[in-house]
Amino acid sequence: MSRARVATTWLDACSGCHMSFLDIDERILEIAPLIELVYSPLVDSKEFPEDVDVTLVEGAVSSEADVEEILDIRKKTKVLISFGDCAVSANVPAMRNRYDSKEVLDRSYMENATNNNHRPDKNIPKLMKVARPVHEFVKVDVFLQGCPPPADAIYSALTQLLAGEHPELNGKTRFGA
Amino acid sequence: MRPPAFLQTALERDVHPVKVVTFKIDDRDVTAREDETILTVARQNGIFIPTLCHLEGLSERGACRLCLVEIKNSPRLAPACVTIPRQDMEVITNSERVQNYRKRILELILTERNHVCSVCVSNGRCDLQQLTVDLGITHVHYDYLYPKHEIDATHERFSIDHNRCVLCLRCVRVCDEIEGAHTWDIMSRGILSRVITDLNQPWGSSETCTGCGKCVHVCPTAALTEKGKSVAEMTKKRQFLPYLEMMRKEELR
Amino acid sequence: MMTIEELQDIGRLEKEKQEGFRHRIHVCVAAGCLSCQSGLVKDALEKEVSRRGLESWCQVKGVGCLGLCSAGPLVSIEPDGVLYKGVEVSDASDILESLGGSPISRLECSLEQPFFRKREKIVLENCGKIDPESVEDYISENGYEALYTALRLMTPNEVVDQVVRSGLRGRGGAGFPTGLKWTTVAKAGGSIKFVVCNADEGDPGAFMDRSVLESDPHRVLEGMAIAAVAVGASYGFIYLRAEYPLAVKRIRTAIARAERLGVIGHNIFNTTFSFDVKVRLGAGAFVCGEETALLASIEGRRGSPRPRPPYPAEHGLWGYPTLINNVETFANIAPIIRKGGDWFASIGVGKSKGTKVFALAGHVKNTGLIEVPMGTSLRVIIYEIGGGIQGDRRFKAVQSGGPSGGCLPERFLDMSMDYESLAQAGSIMGSGGLIIMDESSCMVDVARFFVEFCMTESCGKCAPCRIGTAQIYNTLKKITEGEGKPSDLELLDELCDLVKNTSLCGLGQTAPNPVLSTMKYFLNEYKAHTDDHTCPSCACRMNNHAEEQK
Repeated sequence: MSRARVATTWLDACSGCHMSFLDIDERILEIAPLIELVYSPLVDSKEFPEDVDVTLVEGAVSSEADVEEILDIRKKTKVLISFGDCAVSANVPAMRNRYDSKEVLDRSYMENATNNNHRPDKNIPKLMKVARPVHEFVKVDVFLQGCPPPADAIYSALTQLLAGEHPELNGKTRFGA
Repeated sequence: MRPPAFLQTALERDVHPVKVVTFKIDDRDVTAREDETILTVARQNGIFIPTLCHLEGLSERGACRLCLVEIKNSPRLAPACVTIPRQDMEVITNSERVQNYRKRILELILTERNHVCSVCVSNGRCDLQQLTVDLGITHVHYDYLYPKHEIDATHERFSIDHNRCVLCLRCVRVCDEIEGAHTWDIMSRGILSRVITDLNQPWGSSETCTGCGKCVHVCPTAALTEKGKSVAEMTKKRQFLPYLEMMRKEELR
Repeated sequence: MMTIEELQDIGRLEKEKQEGFRHRIHVCVAAGCLSCQSGLVKDALEKEVSRRGLESWCQVKGVGCLGLCSAGPLVSIEPDGVLYKGVEVSDASDILESLGGSPISRLECSLEQPFFRKREKIVLENCGKIDPESVEDYISENGYEALYTALRLMTPNEVVDQVVRSGLRGRGGAGFPTGLKWTTVAKAGGSIKFVVCNADEGDPGAFMDRSVLESDPHRVLEGMAIAAVAVGASYGFIYLRAEYPLAVKRIRTAIARAERLGVIGHNIFNTTFSFDVKVRLGAGAFVCGEETALLASIEGRRGSPRPRPPYPAEHGLWGYPTLINNVETFANIAPIIRKGGDWFASIGVGKSKGTKVFALAGHVKNTGLIEVPMGTSLRVIIYEIGGGIQGDRRFKAVQSGGPSGGCLPERFLDMSMDYESLAQAGSIMGSGGLIIMDESSCMVDVARFFVEFCMTESCGKCAPCRIGTAQIYNTLKKITEGEGKPSDLELLDELCDLVKNTSLCGLGQTAPNPVLSTMKYFLNEYKAHTDDHTCPSCACRMNNHAEEQK
């Protein structure tokens, strides 16, 4: 049996959901033989590959680069999972949505910086006015809530998917988790 | 025929005998006293109907619309919290139609303000969050509105974060009906509505607030909280409500 | 204290007095004409009369609405039956000069045009005829006779029965059978009951109730008093929006004068029956037209609706049985009692009896107030009475029933205007506002306008209306700004269905109607916006990226 091609990525996020993924601990040994990790911030790959079976997307869509990335991922992925509250509801990244993005940048790079205070201008993707959940840009197949989603919920979602079922997660996780 | 003599004094004294009706909830036969709502009877029988603005011990508002149920042969949905059952009525609480409507209403409520469970003092202890689990909300398919709202932390012990308010007005009702202070009220209308203290003065400067904290504890979310609580630490204690209600009924007797 | 003889004497004396004048000049002093200086015209005419020393020969009288508001200030010359339009202060001298001679052709407004010929007046029968500030003038037109009949010659049941037989339905919007409402309140127990007149006319473009109150306030009072007799109420409230200062002034004057004569107040017509009427001013909330919100507002609370049942008929003001009817409904009552329910039922079609007052507005030539029998077709109303579309442009749609109503396209022009037909077409009779739109109107933008109105007027009590209207508005705004996606139409459908079926009161339940009806009849326009980012009527401010892409 061929192994499922799995990818993970993070957009505007803290990587906490990926940490929670690792928290499935020894159960990863069960999953490892069934999957091939083809793209992830955890491994060294630059280009998002074609024909991915499952992609876990952590984080909200916050910049123009995020939009490009998620549109590309959607094209190349069969099952797209909104992975964690930032992807599902924009969560913490969306807390800036009430403010002008200039105000936000000034706050982080000018007021609260201890040295070298300046606003980043080059080689940084432009922030959009608001951070938004992934499903407002592309179709999402599975929603995995939680900040972060509990390891059990992640494990359950993956094993169900690998067994060819649509993951049923009711009660295993929730907003905030 | 006259009732037997030994019953007559008792019958004369009972001038308002309580009427009861029998009706059906989800095909189960149930009984209600004439002043009981569909919601009360459903809860007595362990039948789940979600609610948000309703709180036992406060007057009913019928405003959150989460408790809408179907009544057979009626085109309109009815809020269970204020609908009095009639004899032989057939109530349906779990049809796909009402379940869908409830989910969408709850999604709308989630878009209205800025609810961020992960950094909330009520995380894990919140009625709104629990409702998303109960109704199986995995995501919100409407656009979030991201309004700009203030926090009033001028009160010595409590604070209000309008970003978390769902406008259930439990605070307004408990303050008026139970505490008798009527510090809380509501201003503006539509999507701009918000709760206020003392004609929109800072809570800390309120001359009517007794500092009893009842509003904080009936609040379903972390809109009203005690100061000094960190994420997931704010437990709401509502035992006072049934207790006060019981004591007041005693007094009336 | 008053007997029927005294009442009739007052009427006769007033009639004799007026007929004693060889010429009577009626100047419209309702808000429409007053706003274009008819008050100054009246002053000028009075001055001219006294300058010429004609006081005993010629009367100048302020009267209520003459109907054709777009041509104001209007002045009519009686008994010649001449109507002048667009009269200015400087015309006063010419008008007096022409009395008894031939009319001034440059001012003359033909009464032969369909706007006047096609009307059938019941509610407006005294409008433009009597001085709204004179109770005697009202009495001279059989005023308060119906109240006397109801009180002295009929039993309350007989009064209710006449209203039931008339088939009259609530003119405020929903068209609930008035007789049934009266029967319910009459049957409700208790000695304290209220009669409330809903004069919180809030639909944009509607001014029927305002005109009736400004032109013939006693008719409304009489209707309320008859209702009070029928249902056994002794207190009445008129809930009137504060934005109608002239109507407020006229109804207050009317109450004071009627009380002085003893036709309203204590021991009316020497009976034990008393009826006290008070005016309560609304502070400009559309939702207060909803009956439970209106009652809350009268009680001095925030004007929010509450779930029904219990209905006001059993649990109304301060918990007492309360009859609530609209201004126009009450204005129909006196004629029904005078002429009988069967007479009223002989006018109109099907289950819609009597006449309906419409406020014609929008892109139509003759804007103003009309009263036509129920069942009159839209084509007659728009093309004959309304004179057609301004600039002879193409008709596109008519919005009936205000923000709770719907937009109907051309193919409904021959539809009969009655409650059932309108509902079937996806609109409502509403209070009677008719906004006519020509080809330059964008239906998506029209829907956006009405939803914005409902959003800002939502009281905020129930979640679906409070948040749902805001979501619908945001979506429509996006679409009209060229940012819409094809999937937005599904979203609109879903949101409209939700708000319609789950909102607490009528405001929310009907708020989606403008969107639903325009989506039903003008879906192509929506699609042009969402798929091609263009506005076929060029009414929307689209962003430029659509053009750039071409």
